Amino acid sequence: MKVRRTAAAVVLAMAVTATACGKEGSPDDDKTGKDAPKLSYKVNTAADVKDSPVWSKVKGKRIKIGTKADQPNLGYEDPSTGKRSGFDAEIARMIAAELGFDEQHIDWKTVPTEARETQLSSGGVDFYVGTYTINDERKKQVDFGGPYYLAGQDLLVDKDSDIKTPEDIKGKKVCSVTGSTPLKRIKEKKYGVAKAKAQQGYQLCVQDLNNGQVDAVTTDDTILKGYAAQNDGLRVLGKPFSEEPYGVGLKKGDKALRDAINDAIETNQKNGNWKKAYDATLGKSGIPAPTPPKVDRY
Amino acid sequence: MSASVLYDVPGPKARRRNRVYGVISTLALLGLIAFVIYRLDDTGQFQAGLWDDYQYANTQDRILEGLLTTLKTFALAAVLSLALGAVLAAGRLSDHRWVRWPTAVLVEFFRAMPLLIMIFLLYYAYFDTEPMWALVIGLTLYNGSVQSEIFRAGINAVPKGQSEAAYAIGMRKTQVMTRVLIPQAVRSMLPSIISQLVVTLKDTSLGFIILYEELLYVGKAFAERTPPENGVYAFIPMVIVFGSIYILLCLALSSLATWIERSTKRSRKGAPTAAPAGAATVMADPSHSADGGSRDGDARGGGPKAD
Amino acid sequence: MNVLTDNFAAFRDGFLKTVELTAYSSLLALVLGILIAGFRVSPVPALRVFGTVWVTLLRNTPLVLLFLIVTLGLPALGLKGWDSFWLAVMALGCYTSAFICEAIRSGINTVPVGQAEAARSIGMTFTQTLSQIVLPQAARTAIPPVGSLIIALTKNSAIASGFDVMELGALQTQLNADAGYDILVIFLWIAVCYLIITLTLSGLFRLLENRLAVAR
Repeated sequence: MKVRRTAAAVVLAMAVTATACGKEGSPDDDKTGKDAPKLSYKVNTAADVKDSPVWSKVKGKRIKIGTKADQPNLGYEDPSTGKRSGFDAEIARMIAAELGFDEQHIDWKTVPTEARETQLSSGGVDFYVGTYTINDERKKQVDFGGPYYLAGQDLLVDKDSDIKTPEDIKGKKVCSVTGSTPLKRIKEKKYGVAKAKAQQGYQLCVQDLNNGQVDAVTTDDTILKGYAAQNDGLRVLGKPFSEEPYGVGLKKGDKALRDAINDAIETNQKNGNWKKAYDATLGKSGIPAPTPPKVDRY
Repeated sequence: MSASVLYDVPGPKARRRNRVYGVISTLALLGLIAFVIYRLDDTGQFQAGLWDDYQYANTQDRILEGLLTTLKTFALAAVLSLALGAVLAAGRLSDHRWVRWPTAVLVEFFRAMPLLIMIFLLYYAYFDTEPMWALVIGLTLYNGSVQSEIFRAGINAVPKGQSEAAYAIGMRKTQVMTRVLIPQAVRSMLPSIISQLVVTLKDTSLGFIILYEELLYVGKAFAERTPPENGVYAFIPMVIVFGSIYILLCLALSSLATWIERSTKRSRKGAPTAAPAGAATVMADPSHSADGGSRDGDARGGGPKAD
Repeated sequence: MNVLTDNFAAFRDGFLKTVELTAYSSLLALVLGILIAGFRVSPVPALRVFGTVWVTLLRNTPLVLLFLIVTLGLPALGLKGWDSFWLAVMALGCYTSAFICEAIRSGINTVPVGQAEAARSIGMTFTQTLSQIVLPQAARTAIPPVGSLIIALTKNSAIASGFDVMELGALQTQLNADAGYDILVIFLWIAVCYLIITLTLSGLFRLLENRLAVAR
């Protein structure tokens, strides 16, 4: 007993000192910040969307934005600082600025794929920007602003892999995330993969790829580009075999907010913020900015 | 252990042989540990970049937050399951058949269902925005049923003479329960109750699967967000750090159970109801379960502690 | 619209996968559990320590965490070809082995001391005493708790659904995704499947108990 109690005391002491001497900042502070151009958006203080129930409720207070947190250069939260970065995060900031909210008035919320619709309809988040593909199935439950980007399902492979086109995937082992649309699609007969492995996250898939346990990882090219930038030995094929128009998710029926978000996207596409945001994030993969898609006011 | 009757007191030759076995098995185990460490190092799990995050205040705050979430969930589930357990046990000990039967069916059903399946149901059907309640209610239903069986067994284990004597002096059923049976039963049940609480604590980690932001989920999120070093993500460091936290938490709780088990045994010395002397069995020393769990719990509670 | 008939193949596959997973994991858990129980009562201190550490660690580790350790750790240790099913067997088997070890140890506890003494007095070694005299008798008392542990294992196997094993638990999420069905009905059928397995198991163990029962 004595030993155990001493051990507990030691652990407790360690925990306390550890908390006490936690460093501020992030291990990557010196790496980033130099080359990345500073992005900032002018806050539209005159914003007025009073027909929108969602906007009226948060007006002058804080806006809750849902996003992903584990996709580098897209929707990413630095674990040591809690800072959000990536293309989706920038799009969210642009829209928030147009709606009258600066960075200090944004509450970021990490919302996983499975919980997006419920979070939007329950008001858990006011709008959602995070690789959210617009499709008819989802339109039944939520509304979409945008699209603000046109992605497509692609393959992440080893730099010297013999997979050069999506057709080469026949008979190979592919990994994607449990329950995701890309996983469902790659399981279709026409791709003829030998095994579609389901993992709990893309990072696990990428690790499997690095270990040689699978031959490719598949999902939207935007997501894959982030991992390609993190892992020297990997590359994205660059031959997407699906169309994934990314939209901004919002509560069903809030037309005023949808219009305001569409306006915000168009404004920022025109004034060059869209391209700047792309160059600072996804553009780091070396692929130049595509033409932004036309906003679809359905 | 030295008093074990499974083998003779070793003579010089046996001692030598045991020493040889000891050395071989120690070497084998050390070799295994060394191999594990070597492989982990070889696959780049100890690269500084994967561990750096843990020294930053923000990271530690998040871990603390996850820990508090886990503890809060556990506290809620523990209190609720004990309450439910008491109610169900009362139902099963009732004199009325129409109370006894439905409670028995309920208890058996919830004990037979995989907890995760129940949590899934609660999550998808009723609490899809509130995973915490799916988890807490699932844990309460399952563990409450198990606790009720522990209560029932404990109360039934009090010698019959006690309740007979109480009825003989004119006490009513409620009085017999609260004044005579429960106070005596609690002592013997406490270790089993606490080891079931350890199970409850362990099962809070099921929240991970329904994306509830408890400790394990926080850990996985860290591992995913830490940039990889040479193609290695920070999953193994995460498992090492968060695994230790869980094991320490559970160990602390189960050593409480062992401690209570021992101290109640001591205090009952000389009482006629004391457990039959352990000396009459193969393992002469009954108190050598150094693992901190309660053997009573496994044997009596039927052992489904494994979840 | 009936969930069961519409998705009969999925239910059958899930059911068989759960049975298979339970069978292999139980086998591993029994073998490891008996071995570790032997370690814990052996005359070699190093083995006793190993047994104690094994049991303590595994009994205090949440199963989900163990699944993570196994699925992430074993590939890092070089076991690359393993698919998720065998990794799940490893996790479930090792986890349950710690509990089985303790059940067997309690069983050993109930064997009268005279049995081991008599065995020793006719010159049996530790391994002989344990395997020929004590364990067969201990098995009798250990069977009911081991039975409940195997049933617990069956229920625990649902966790494997979170780790890419398409067993019964995975059906719930899978059928949900296809929507349209009443979630309670899905749950009910899955519950029935589990009940079939667990009731069969408890029947089997009761049979075994009766077969081994002797008047003492």
